[in-house]
Amino acid sequence: MHKYSQIWVVAACGAMLLAGCSSHKPKPTAASTTGTSVPSDQSQTAGADTSGAYGSALANGSGAGVEGPTAGQLKNRIIYFDFDSSEIRGDYTSLIAAHAKYLASNASIRVRIEGNTDERGSREYNIGLGERRAQAVRRALLLQGVAESQITTVSYGEERPAVTGHTEDAWSRNRRAEIVYLN
Amino acid sequence: MIKPASSRRLRSALLAGVFLASVVLAALPAHAELQVNVTQGVTDPIPIAIVPFARAVPADGGLDIAGVVQHDLESSGRFRAMQRRDMLATPTRAAEVQAADWKAAGNDYVLVGRVTAPSASEIDVECDLINTLTGQRLGGKRFVATGTSLRNAAHMVSDFVYESILGVRGAFATRVAYVAVQGQAPSQHFQLIVADADGESPRIILESTQPIMSPTWSPDDQWLAYVSFENRLSAVYIQRVRTGERRLVSQRLGVNGAPAFSPDGTRLALTLSGSGGNLDIWLLDLGTQALTRLTDDPAVDTEPTWSPDGKSIYFTSDRAGGPQIYKLDIANPKRVQRVSFGSGYDARPRVSPDGTKIAFVTREGGNYRIAVQDLASGTVSVLSHGTLDESPSFAPNGATIIYAGRDGAVGTLQTVSVDGQVSQRLTSSQGELREPAWEPFQH
Repeated sequence: MHKYSQIWVVAACGAMLLAGCSSHKPKPTAASTTGTSVPSDQSQTAGADTSGAYGSALANGSGAGVEGPTAGQLKNRIIYFDFDSSEIRGDYTSLIAAHAKYLASNASIRVRIEGNTDERGSREYNIGLGERRAQAVRRALLLQGVAESQITTVSYGEERPAVTGHTEDAWSRNRRAEIVYLN
Repeated sequence: MIKPASSRRLRSALLAGVFLASVVLAALPAHAELQVNVTQGVTDPIPIAIVPFARAVPADGGLDIAGVVQHDLESSGRFRAMQRRDMLATPTRAAEVQAADWKAAGNDYVLVGRVTAPSASEIDVECDLINTLTGQRLGGKRFVATGTSLRNAAHMVSDFVYESILGVRGAFATRVAYVAVQGQAPSQHFQLIVADADGESPRIILESTQPIMSPTWSPDDQWLAYVSFENRLSAVYIQRVRTGERRLVSQRLGVNGAPAFSPDGTRLALTLSGSGGNLDIWLLDLGTQALTRLTDDPAVDTEPTWSPDGKSIYFTSDRAGGPQIYKLDIANPKRVQRVSFGSGYDARPRVSPDGTKIAFVTREGGNYRIAVQDLASGTVSVLSHGTLDESPSFAPNGATIIYAGRDGAVGTLQTVSVDGQVSQRLTSSQGELREPAWEPFQH
């Protein structure tokens, strides 16, 4: 019996690596609300190739936030959570109260609560956990007089970490809900 | 007893045809190195000589068909190919093969073949497979290709050899969709990519500055469904792979996630939460847009996947505390059975193509690994050994599972045979690869 280990190294040049080689840093844009379909290079495809031609699309959506209020506690927008928990810790009571007060007295201002998790576990299940965190903050704001129409939620699960890393420190900074001012 | 053997390094893109590597695309200037590691093979791989095919110059574009076939078969872990430099003859037809000589050199089988160009627009690939023990020709195949599809014809040769010898349909001529992510948080760049199952010919089919998740194939392999956050809210799209045409199928308040095409392709199971944030599983009729609720539980219910007969859905739910796998009957969705009884964390099921097993993510100690459960007996085998393995997807022949793992800090795609014997790892030097979805067979 034997194990064999073959390492094939190929200098490759590939589509999946394109952006990694580019100095271009993508930025959020507010260009279009739907993707643009872009026919791909037809020369890469042909007859009996079962894959046929490929089309690609570019998704440049809208929805980046604005700076919003910055006085006092209002500049703090992030609520961190314990592992596997969507309970708002006592140390965030005053932060949430400050945003609730501001929003309740500025009925035209809208926010989006973004729920996030650390990278552990399955991705779609983490969307569920992130949504629970976003909902916990939403409910706290509603209880303090903010109108439902002022709040939307989104869960990014583990897809939008604040920091890259695979340590307890990185995980604790990624388990969070963020309050994003939209106008 | 398993012991490591010497590693070989090849620096020829043509010879290697690397698993999840990429071809040189003139239009794309990026360069990087990809490595494939057969990290564990079967104890007794079948010895085969894959003789270089007679070429058609220049119509074959320099493609080394035998090299592609050799890589396919070796990457399965089931075959060991004879070194070319040890070959004393290079027959290209069955009649030229001296079976006894090849047997004496330690081969059980010999594959020979030839590429011809009968017309300007057509390339034929023909091959013969010979059993050296009996001297019998096991069969031959002829594939008609044109230009760039020649590589696909090579994968069909691999499928032919695999099935002739092992009796199992090969999946070398299929594709894999996956998500690639570049950059450091919080500023990342997301791509949805479709590549051949050996990693060649990757094509970007969607790019975004916001997350792309959960790609999944339609049963006719024409469409991918996925989740995109391009509008800073979750939305489910379906996109025709060939043309790039896409449809927004769900952008409701709250979570829109985890799409899964029904086996007949007419419906999508997906996860919706509404504004109240309670994730449940719904059915969306793609023709009428009608929505039907399947689960109604205050827990997180998500990650639906269909049984091949279309009668039931397996899904993840934390209704009993930690996430576990459940099954519901579509005709009577209130009939929910718990399926997994594991460690406290079992999630993201996928059903094998024959409907007899599920693959899922399970937690072992602090590690997340890929497990397979036999549905009839309930027996669970943990197949992977990583720290953060996720997103298992069955090959359409059911023999192999591809999943996302972690190699140090880098997210990589890995495969493991369903019996746990053969595993491979791809290391991409740039970017993180996730959520592989193996294309179904084209019937």
